Amino acid sequence: MPIEEKDIAKVAQLAHLELDDAEIKLFGPQIAGIITYIEQLDELDTTNVAPALGGLTPEGEKTDSSRNDEIAPSLGQEIALAEAPDPAAGHFRVPKVL
Amino acid sequence: MSVKSVEQAITAAENLNKTLNAFLEIDRKGALERAAVANGPLAGVTVAVKDNICVRGMQASCGSRILGDYHPPYNATVIERLTQAGAVIIGKTNCDEFAMGSSNENSAFGPVRNPWDTTRVPGGSSGGSAAAVAAGIVPVALGSDTGGSVRQPASLVGVLGLKPTYGRNSRYGLVAFASSLDQVGVFAGKVEDVARVLGVIAGRDPRDSTTADVPVPDYTASLSGDLKGVRLGFPRALFGEGLDEEVGNAVKGVVDVYRELGAEIVDVALPHAKYAIAVYYIIATAEASSNLARFDGVRYGFRAEDTPELRQMYRRTREEGFGAEVKRRIMLGTYVLSAGYYDAYYLKAQKVRTLIENDFLTAFQNCDAIITPTSPSTAFALGEKVDDPLAMYLNDIYTVTANLSGVPGISVPCGLSAERLPIGFQLLGPYWSEPTLFKLAHAYEEARPFTERPPVFATPA
Repeated sequence: MPIEEKDIAKVAQLAHLELDDAEIKLFGPQIAGIITYIEQLDELDTTNVAPALGGLTPEGEKTDSSRNDEIAPSLGQEIALAEAPDPAAGHFRVPKVL
Repeated sequence: MSVKSVEQAITAAENLNKTLNAFLEIDRKGALERAAVANGPLAGVTVAVKDNICVRGMQASCGSRILGDYHPPYNATVIERLTQAGAVIIGKTNCDEFAMGSSNENSAFGPVRNPWDTTRVPGGSSGGSAAAVAAGIVPVALGSDTGGSVRQPASLVGVLGLKPTYGRNSRYGLVAFASSLDQVGVFAGKVEDVARVLGVIAGRDPRDSTTADVPVPDYTASLSGDLKGVRLGFPRALFGEGLDEEVGNAVKGVVDVYRELGAEIVDVALPHAKYAIAVYYIIATAEASSNLARFDGVRYGFRAEDTPELRQMYRRTREEGFGAEVKRRIMLGTYVLSAGYYDAYYLKAQKVRTLIENDFLTAFQNCDAIITPTSPSTAFALGEKVDDPLAMYLNDIYTVTANLSGVPGISVPCGLSAERLPIGFQLLGPYWSEPTLFKLAHAYEEARPFTERPPVFATPA
């Protein structure tokens, strides 16, 4: 499945990246090259192989991560807003949506 | 006593940073205050921390403009445990942006330089932490290892680097790159220090549901004892194409040392290891594209100016805030997860990941640990691979299998090349086999101590 320049532009849109033309021209062939490389996986027959579900050891899978639904201390509004680029009146202010 | 050693470490960090660019922040005042009251098993031990691990009161830029001078309001669990034990964090170290890279050249704040040759890379992504230990600034540093980002730089600068079993320690407060692969790892000059620090930071954390309920042993107890009866797996097929001959010969020399020390050397095969890079660059980028969606200019960090509309603000913030490699990986991850391609790429990769896990389960039926090179070459020149992402990715060929399968790995220095650049070997073991890895690494350290020092090295006051 060769990837083309128009695909790169589409993917950038999905990823919320406003790439410029120079970046599209640079990334296009690089990503195409990487895709070609990863397609070597096609030579493996994985019909009867279950997909890995990510990272956990058997002991990790057995570990019970549930906890009681109890209120615990959290950062609080002031600290949570302290690093925001544009906090206002206890909220995160953003540009207009529509 | 401990205040003086902390002061020395800070001064060395400040002086050598002009040459190495290893630190993004050095907290002289705070570190000295903490040193004065430090108490516990690691009292006064100075530690450098990669800038993608949250330390309250210090920055966490992740080597990225998009976080800039973000100051997290909380400590990562590993930091909480280290400081409880008396360790003193002296600063935050430079790294590839969001831990994506194998050379440190992807930092928005300039590359780290290798203390052995400042025209060369220190490896990555935890290059600043690796360089800080190699240059004698601190005895211990923390990094993160998603595909080899602790072990590979450790190898390239001649120190020890451990990637623990997945779930051994908490990722709470480690800025996520690829959550099913990320682990906090430890750099040190001595095996005993790696063991001591792991003993402090390891264990279940209710704030990270992927930490496992597995007892934390006294890792320092595993350092003694001979190697009689220990079976070391030798995957001959991995010592072929693509491996620098000098590195290959050095690691084969290590196998001979282990044989002399009483270990039994057994042949093992990891038939799917050659597919690991392909699997890794699907899974890691897929997870990264999701994890890095949170950087949108709303809650913290950088926001692009003059963007009157919300979606435009997201796009321009991310465009201006992320560097090229991060954008490339977000794009790749978005592509492999996009409609119509999911089965062909992501699902396929998760299936091959199972085959890679099974390779290890099979191999460890016949051996207690496996030896490989850590990196296919010694430290390469700054700029040598920046224009070829795929060539850069192949640096991780020996290390990514441990992240994909979750097994622990440690890189151990084993001498210098003809150009006086460090060479490292890697030991991989079954889940929770850190004691075996420490025993093997320590036995080698005793038999062939690595005492060479790089040209850039902290001189004691």
